[in-house]
Amino acid sequence: MSSPLAAVSSAAEVSSPGPLWVQLVKAVVIFALVLQLAPTLVWLERRLLGRFQSRLGPNRVGPAGLLQPVADVIKLVSKESSTPTTAVPWMMAIAPVISIGTAVLTLAIIPFGAPGAYGGEFALAGIDVSIGILYFLAFGSLAFYGLLLGGWASGSKYSFLGSMRAAAQLVSYEVAIGLSLLGVAIAAGSLSLVDIVAAQDKVWFVVPQVVGFLIFLVAGFAEAARPPFDLPEADAELVAGYNTEFGGMRFGTFFLAEYLEIIVISAVAAAVFLGGWHGPGPEFLGPTWMFLKMAVLVLLFIWVRATVPRLRYDQLMSLGWKILLPLATLNVLVTATLVVLL
Amino acid sequence: MSSPLSVPYREREESVTLERLEAPLAGTEVEADAELLTINIGPHHPATHGVLRLLCTLEGEVVRDVVPLIGYVHTGIEKSCEDQQYWKAITFVERMDYLAYYFNAYAFCAAVERLLDEEVPPRAQYLRVIHMELNRIASHLFWLGTAALDLGAISMLWWSLRDRDMILDLFEMSGGQRLHTRYFQVGGVIEDIPPGFERKTRDFTANMRTRIGQYEALLDENQIFVERLHEVGIVPHERLKDLGVSGPLLRATGDSWDLRKAMPYCSYEHFDFRIPVGTVGDHYDRYRVRIAEMRESMRIVEQALDGLPEGPFITDNRKVALPPRHELATSMEALIYHFKLVTEGFRVPPGEVYEAIESPRGELGCFVVADGSSKPARVHMRDPSFINLQSLHDMAQDDLIADLIASIAMLDPILGGIDR
Repeated sequence: MSSPLAAVSSAAEVSSPGPLWVQLVKAVVIFALVLQLAPTLVWLERRLLGRFQSRLGPNRVGPAGLLQPVADVIKLVSKESSTPTTAVPWMMAIAPVISIGTAVLTLAIIPFGAPGAYGGEFALAGIDVSIGILYFLAFGSLAFYGLLLGGWASGSKYSFLGSMRAAAQLVSYEVAIGLSLLGVAIAAGSLSLVDIVAAQDKVWFVVPQVVGFLIFLVAGFAEAARPPFDLPEADAELVAGYNTEFGGMRFGTFFLAEYLEIIVISAVAAAVFLGGWHGPGPEFLGPTWMFLKMAVLVLLFIWVRATVPRLRYDQLMSLGWKILLPLATLNVLVTATLVVLL
Repeated sequence: MSSPLSVPYREREESVTLERLEAPLAGTEVEADAELLTINIGPHHPATHGVLRLLCTLEGEVVRDVVPLIGYVHTGIEKSCEDQQYWKAITFVERMDYLAYYFNAYAFCAAVERLLDEEVPPRAQYLRVIHMELNRIASHLFWLGTAALDLGAISMLWWSLRDRDMILDLFEMSGGQRLHTRYFQVGGVIEDIPPGFERKTRDFTANMRTRIGQYEALLDENQIFVERLHEVGIVPHERLKDLGVSGPLLRATGDSWDLRKAMPYCSYEHFDFRIPVGTVGDHYDRYRVRIAEMRESMRIVEQALDGLPEGPFITDNRKVALPPRHELATSMEALIYHFKLVTEGFRVPPGEVYEAIESPRGELGCFVVADGSSKPARVHMRDPSFINLQSLHDMAQDDLIADLIASIAMLDPILGGIDR
């Protein structure tokens, strides 16, 4: 294995994005396909929660309730977007856009198939950047600005408390998530997601990096503000947390952004730890494997929501700083030592 | 402190004492002039179990002061009872603590029976015990679901309501209604249990035992759930007694005070059951005590079904209880009694009585003053939710907001009972 430093410095060696028409097709496909996943996931979660909770879930609109998200969006769009008198209106308007924008932008770097799986030499990702993991971390952090600004700008005390919690959660879990990915980056010798997936052709990184995978999953739940880490919303405590004052499609945008965030976290975990497009069968089946692995992780998100209670604020902090961070640091140290020695 | 409502709350914000700051919660040390935030939790808030309003003074996430403000569902039930004949007032008192309607009805009926010096037939007493204990399970199930929901375990709500529905099916079978059945009458119960009730009840208790085991497996073996409750919201036993707190909250501290054992009523002395107690009186003990109480209640129900005596289900004193329907066609006397009871009601000799029973939330007392007419001169309920709510301040002060929500959940207040 070449030295990790050499691999990172040779950043220019990323696979070609392909000609302009290929880039356009990729953009449209990712947008059309993955953005449809968010409402589908909303439907799936509601149906599954219904099953978990011994009730039916939405089953009236369309076959098996599949059109329920469409009906919800139509309702939300037709609602008034009210703004409290104490709010900062323009910030309230841009906050949901930040949330959904960062989630969509992160999707651009997810590799869905091996380079050249459908002919040509380009990667089956929106863009293949040499700093893939940093890109993901950067936009993950930016996404919290949506929560922060939204909560702070609504001029409500509940929202304010929610955004304070979001800020604390971001600081606590960004570090752990970064360190958990660092182990993989060292082992693969690259920060590019395409290279990382390509490096897993023999063994998935979940095997050597199992600690990193678990830390990434736990921190990923926190990153997506999902139960048991849904403290920024905490419906029992803060009414709805940062989005208490948001109505209509502004709320809907936050809502969709949360589900896109789940998809992004699942996609990154599938690519970085679960071997991405690798699987039995010919290479063109790559995207299928990728989506299957994502689906498994997404189901885990839903399952956990139906099962566990919410952590308390101080417990969240001590889990992040006292358990995840030391573990992640240790994991990186051990990985780095092994890579240098072997 | 003057009434919290008489001073604008912005001013109150500055008058809140900070003396406890000398010993702040670990990890929350702040300067004494730290900014305080006053926040209204409720009356319309997802976690206040009705229309409870909490005026909270927060310092960051830490609750420094909490004042419960009540009265948002005050419906004047006690006053309305003074306008109703005794047998019509039962319908009113049932609507106070709307999750424990059999207990409300029993406390009132038993008080009136004591004033009338009326004997209740043994079968009626057993039927009352069966229904009250089923009601206790239903009430605790509702508490379990909402408390778990407040802690973020959303699925428990549907599961416990599913089981509560089976109890409501039983109530519908015996009394014709699911809520506010008005099954208890002065002198007995309104109707005997129908065929099939016993088998269905036994099916329920058998089923419920496995269900409780499943709930314990889900909650008790969840580290997050246990840590959220363990050693949180401890109020010393002495303080609870000073406040007059009773029921599971008191028993969680290790005090086995339960009126069913301490002052048996309604033939509770016939049954073999235990009083679950806790050790330190934290939220976890409160949770365990209520879960264990459900198991004991099922034992009582089964014993009552086993030993259900034959005989009348209501007193045959025609001056108090309506004559059977078939007698109206043949007996002139029955017709007269029926007419008198339905138009005027029965007269109760002058006197006053306080009847206390163990409701799911603690000591439920009913104080009735009779003036010799057919309407009570005064009806007052000592509702346990109202008294227990006083301990919220002690439970939640200097803890986090999340613990305040857990405290409300573990307090199990019913606003209909608090405001009456």
